[in-house]
This record gives sequence, structure tokens and C-alpha cells, in this order.
Amino acid sequence: MSKYLQKQADLQKEFDEKPSSLKGDYAQKEWWEMPVEFREGNFCFPAKPEVIEELGFPNPRKWSVTEEDWQLPEGWQKTLMEGMRERIKKYRSLKLYLDSCVRCGACADKCHFFLGTGDPKNMPVLRAELVRSVYRGDFPMVEKILKGFAGSRRLTKEVLREWYMYFYQCTECRRCSVFCPMGIDTAEITIMVREILQLVGLNNNWILAPVANCNRTGNHLGIEPHTFVQNIESLVDDIEELTGVTVNPTFNRKGAEILFITPSGDVFGDPGVYTMMGYMLLFEHIGLDYTISTYASEGGNFGFFTSNDMMRKLNAKMYHEAERLGVKWILGGECGHMWRVVHQYMSTMNGPANFLEEPVSPITGTKFSNAKATKMVHIAEFTADLIHNNKLKLDPKRNDHLRTTFHDSCNVARGMGMFEEPRYVLRKVCNSFHEMPENTIREQTFCCGSGSGINAEENMTMRMKGGFPRANAVRHVREKHQVDSLVTICAIDRASLPPLMRYWNPGVSVYGLHELVGNALVMDGEKKRTEDLREDPMTGFDDKGDDVD
Amino acid sequence: MKKILIPLAMVVVLALVPFIGVQYLGMSYLFGVIIPYAAVALFVAGFFYRMVDWLGRPVPYNITSTCGQEQSLEWIKQDSIESPSKPWHAAVRVLMEVFLFRSLFRNNKAELRKGPDLVYGSAKWLWLGGLVFHWSLLVIVLRHARFFFVMTPGFADSLEQMDSFFDITLPAFYLTDALVLSAITFLFVRRVTDAKMRIISLPTDYFPLFLLGGIVGAGVLMRYIAKVDVMPVKDQMLRLMSFSFEPPGEIGTLFYVHLFLVCVLLLYFPFSKLVHMGAIFLSPTRTMLNNSREKMHVNPWRKPMRIRTYGEYEDDYREKMKKAKLPIEKE
Repeated sequence: MSKYLQKQADLQKEFDEKPSSLKGDYAQKEWWEMPVEFREGNFCFPAKPEVIEELGFPNPRKWSVTEEDWQLPEGWQKTLMEGMRERIKKYRSLKLYLDSCVRCGACADKCHFFLGTGDPKNMPVLRAELVRSVYRGDFPMVEKILKGFAGSRRLTKEVLREWYMYFYQCTECRRCSVFCPMGIDTAEITIMVREILQLVGLNNNWILAPVANCNRTGNHLGIEPHTFVQNIESLVDDIEELTGVTVNPTFNRKGAEILFITPSGDVFGDPGVYTMMGYMLLFEHIGLDYTISTYASEGGNFGFFTSNDMMRKLNAKMYHEAERLGVKWILGGECGHMWRVVHQYMSTMNGPANFLEEPVSPITGTKFSNAKATKMVHIAEFTADLIHNNKLKLDPKRNDHLRTTFHDSCNVARGMGMFEEPRYVLRKVCNSFHEMPENTIREQTFCCGSGSGINAEENMTMRMKGGFPRANAVRHVREKHQVDSLVTICAIDRASLPPLMRYWNPGVSVYGLHELVGNALVMDGEKKRTEDLREDPMTGFDDKGDDVD
Repeated sequence: MKKILIPLAMVVVLALVPFIGVQYLGMSYLFGVIIPYAAVALFVAGFFYRMVDWLGRPVPYNITSTCGQEQSLEWIKQDSIESPSKPWHAAVRVLMEVFLFRSLFRNNKAELRKGPDLVYGSAKWLWLGGLVFHWSLLVIVLRHARFFFVMTPGFADSLEQMDSFFDITLPAFYLTDALVLSAITFLFVRRVTDAKMRIISLPTDYFPLFLLGGIVGAGVLMRYIAKVDVMPVKDQMLRLMSFSFEPPGEIGTLFYVHLFLVCVLLLYFPFSKLVHMGAIFLSPTRTMLNNSREKMHVNPWRKPMRIRTYGEYEDDYREKMKKAKLPIEKE
């Protein structure tokens, strides 16, 4: 076990014994008197100087979070305050959300990081208050007359440490905004604070390195074109070996009808690759005229966790490539924050995409009029439509070896509103599906604890704490319904939920939705199937069993 | 404790100011004419300024919080309130927030048990307390209309009749007086008893509660105990309504305490968290439509931007792409 991960027994003890605001203990201290403590396992490493330089961000240097001196540039307070003022001018949301909180406390116990740490500064209201207190101090007259009354304070190094800690202990999941009577969205505040912290060189390598990679090579993992192709071809070989079917993906092909973009985690990471195999089987099954780009080879967008400009710059490749290849529309794979960006930001940032057409399914003729402007369709919408129109030959029994539950990814849930499509697909490809408790799914879903670019190894203890509410809900269905498979439509989930499950719920595996689709698809000319895409034996399909096909 | 006592002391002092001023210094003109005009003027100007200021700031992106099924395939039922795609959906959503506190109705309480195990229980008290608090205040404000018009408006009349349904005192007891005092007590008690609330509360959270408590308290005392004569009060209010600067007649001092605290509230309103009254109508996560893929939302400050183009990418990787038999634009 990594040195960044607290032993499970110790953490369990901490949950049970350590006093916390969550359990109703009051520390007899005001929150601004509580120290900020960076320990092994509760922060991410800063971005390397060469990465910062490559991206042209300010203040590249070698520094350490646990050291006293953060080597801040001269006049850092001024830079930060001006950065904040500029953004308050540009975003009504930020101004409104700094102004209108009544501290009613409805959000307090809604944040997965608060539920996992009991740290009062992880209550969304206080997370925002970290900034609000400084923002209020920005009106010197009021501060002088009513010193201490309005809870304002100056931007000191200690405050800066707080910002750096707690705005990287927010995954921009927006769960608090569901419960807020004012609709205050802490993600808006986190996005802005991370953006201004960038101005003085406070950042994290797990975000900036992928951003630099994505800009240069086209994807977060930094895979160069030839390797990207090789990797998908090796998945093609795996599919052939398992099913006897040859799928034929094409790359950078002009004139294809559809450009398919998915997070690069699906191409390289386990268990994402099985989801990729599922997509390819599906496209082969329906004879889709599609191509994959090595230049726009990333669905995800870590620029979203960096700055507005960076998000836009990385996102722009999708339309740029779609236009070059002359496709009709874009189909997007399973991913969380990718879909928040595509759904809520893409056309505003880089549209209008008049060189594309309103998406129409070439198989069913269904018009995706809800994607009329952006011209990008989510694979779960696409597949749900195929199944609804009986275009797929499915044998859900092929997933009988799995007892599943479904994890709504934060961004797809609260930043897009897609709840039914993946559930519909899941029910059609799998016979055993049990929902987690109602306060933990759909719009109230809990984050995996590692979203928004804090999925770093060195942050492992914090991730296990933040992911605890999700893991706890999985445990409920595991005990009640013997669930052993957690299905999700997010690449970060596929990367971060496996360690979370190993830690809290050993024996639960993580699956992409289209991996299960791939298992269930009955392909033309396939050989006798006894194993699923990860070569695990399927139930009732072994040589001795009665093969119903 | 300090953060509770300071605002409490402030309200006590603020209540004493008009009492001493009118009772001992004879400053009824200041407290009955000048301050009310000034307070109303500043309230209107301040609130207007805040709203215009917010409205003047751009909303660059569509950031709807989707709390229900999006509009997508025809056969999937959209949750048109929680994932609005038409303006009237969003209007209903916002109005339900304003009148029914819909988001607060969702509230639940997380409890950490040994194990560790998290359980979520129902927690509607804040919703109920908040609703009672705000609705009572609204009814109280509206039924005060009888002081501001020669003929009591019809709505104020019917509100008053409903409000005095429990006709047990003389003058008739108003239900809302009891409700608002209970709600203020509840909101105060939860701030001091719940550990989470204690730590998040600031003096600026206690101050408006005490101030409203003081206003209602003075009003209740005036009506049921000191029984201040209402006719000169109404005369004075009618004079103010006609923008007259005549001095007020003989009115009980308690009235000036009530009026002055109201003036303080009006002054405090636009520059404090109380502006949430206006903000709730503008919150982008609630007012915007979840149709961002269907209709392009325009960012007014978007500027042209340079990206890493395909051409630059191909220049860097051309040889490797050729080896991998990838199609290329230039040889």
C-alpha cells in the first residue's frame, strides 16, 4: 500500500472516534482560527516548471507544498485581487454567489469531502466563505466601520494556503447547488479560484501535465499518433480473439459520416479499454460509418480545471477536426466532465458549428434535435435509441455473471441531466440491476472523490475520504443485493473507483456501460462466447452448460 | 458567544436610540419624518443599484443545475421543471423556489454512524421554518397596507381577517405574529445548537434575526400591551405617503422604536445578505434553460483565440503518422 494512503483500519478509527462537526462536535474555535495542515496523502504535487513553461502560465518554479516558502511572485496579493475583480466583472454567477449566501446551512452536510473528513472548511458554505471573507474585505470603508462584524479578512499567506487546500478538495460536482435555496453553485467559485491561483503559479501537476499533453499530442496521456493507433489495433486483436469478429476502426479518415471522440483513458487505461472494445463492437454491429481522430483524440478536458481559455483551446480541436474531416456530426463516448464541457460550454466557446449537420442516427433515422446546435450526441443517447428501435441483437444473459448498480457521474447528472438513457441501456443489456439508496443517486449522486483533476496517487488518503459516501452507498447494495459490479459512464470514474472499491468494498469491480453492451451484443459470425470482454467466464455459457443461443 | 452578543447589543442600542431621542430629547421630527424618508430612499436606490449591477454583468455560459431528466429522445420523459428547456419551465422552477422553497424541500440530514456508515434522514424543519418565517413576514408587510392608504385595500382587509382567525385577544390576535416570532426563535436556536450552524454563522447572520425580532417585538407590544393609539400612527403614515414634511402628532414612543428599527432594516437590506430577496430571481443555475446543445448561448466577451491546429500537429508528427499509415494532408 502506498505511503500516501492511510491504513483502512486507522481511517475507520478516525471516522469512529475523532470529533468532527459532522458528528455534532464544536471545536470551540472559529473556522478562520483553524490551521491548514498539508500532510502526506492530502494534497497533489505542484506542476513541474517545464510543464508550466510549455503552457505559458506564470511563475514556473520548483516548489513544495509542505515547505514554508512557496516562492510566490512579488505582488502576489495584488495579482490575486485583480484577478478576482476581473472575474467578478465577467461572471454574474460569481458576483451573485458571493453576495447572496444566507448561510442557512442546507449545503453543509451535502459535500462528499465534508462527509468524508468532517472538516468544517469542507462545508460548501465555508468553502465559499474562504473567498467571500476576502471579497468583503475588498470594501475598505465597510471594513473600517464594522471591523469584525461582517467576517471579512485580508488575503494573507495563511488564507492562500487555505485556498490552495480547499479548492483542490472540491471536485466541482455541484451536489451542493442542488440543495441550495439560492442555487449557489460552489463549482463556479472553485473554477474561478483555481483560475486565479494559476496566476501566481499555484497549481497541480496531475492537471497541468495532461493539459500540456493534450495540447501537444491530442490527448491527456500524451500518446503520439502511431502509438494511439497501435493501441486501438491491439484492442481490435483482443476482440477478434474473444469473439472471432474483426472490427475495423479507421483513423483520421476524411468523408466519414461520424467522428467518434472518447476520453483517452478508454484507449489506454484498464478498465476503460473494455469500454472501448464495447464501442467498437457496437459500431461494427450496426455498420456505422465512423472515424477516430488522433489529433482530437481526447474527449476529456482538463483545461476545464485550469482556466476558461485553456478549456476553450483544448475543446476547439473537436470542431477543428470535424471540419477538416468533413464529417456530418460528432459522437461522444462515456465521460463526465467532458460532457459538462460539451453540453454546457462547447457551442458557446467554439460554435457555431455550421459546417456540421443536425445529428441524425443513420441506423434509426432519429433526429437528435436536442443536439441541434452543438451537433454532438452522447453515446448513451445514441445506443438507447438503437435499442428502442430494436436495431441491436442483444443477449442480456451474457451479463448474468454480474450483479450491477449504476453510479451517476456528477457532471452528466447535474450538468447535463442524463439519467434515464444509461439506465435504459443497462436494463436492456443486463438482467441484474439494483439502485443505490435514493439520496445517493441521480441528481443527488456522490462524486467518486477524485474528479476535477485530483486523481493523483499522492492525494490518495483524501480521495478515499472524499469517495467514502459513494463507497458507502455501494456497500448498501452489496450487502442487500450482493451487487459486485459498479457501472458508470465516466472515464475518471473508471480510473478512480477501482482503488476506492478495493479500499472500502473489496470484491466490487468497475465497468463502463458500453463494456456491458459489448458483452451482450450478438455479433454476426461470432464464435461461441464463454468469456466476457475482460476474459472473465460468463455464467451459463461454459462448455458444459446449456447454451441457449 | 461574541458573535451573538455583539449583534444583540447593537439591536438593543438601536432600539434605545429613538426611545431616548423622542422621549427625552423631543426629536420626533427626525425619527418620524427625516429618517423614514431617508431610509426608504436609500432602500429603493440601494436595492435598485444591486439589481442593476447584477443584471449588468454578463452570463457567459449556460450553467443550469440539472436536477432532473434532460429533454432528449421522444420516448424518455423530461423533467421539465428540474431540467427546463422552455422559458416557462424555468419560470415555474424559479417561482417554485421563491414561493415554495423547492430546493430546500429536498433537504436531508446525513448522519455518520459507527462502522463507519452514513445514513440520510429526512430534514424538512429548515424548509418549514424558513417558509413560515418568510410567508409570515410577507403577510405582515401586506397587512400593514391599512396604515398607508385612506381606504384599506381589499387584499389587506382579507389578509387581516384571515390572520385574526383566532379572535382571542383584544385587539384581535394575529396568527402571523406568533408564527414569525416562533420562526425567528427556531432559526436562532438552530444556529446555536447545531455544531455546523454554530461554526458557519457570522454576526451578520444573527443581526437581522435580532433586528426582525426587535421590530416584531415592538409591534406586538404596541398592539397588545401598550395599546398605542393607531389613529395618529395612520395619520403620520398617510402624511409620509403624500410626501408631506409636516411634523407628526402625539404618538407613543414605542411606535418610534418600531419605526426606527424598520428604517435600520431598510438601510441594512441592500448592503447585506438580505439582498438574496432579489438574487433568487437571477441565479443562473436556476433561471437558465437546459438547452445548451440545442441552442447556442452567446458569450458577450468571447474573443478570437489561437489554438494548436491540425496542421501544426501534423508538422510535428508527420513521419510517425506516415509510418503508422495514417492519412496526411501534406507530404
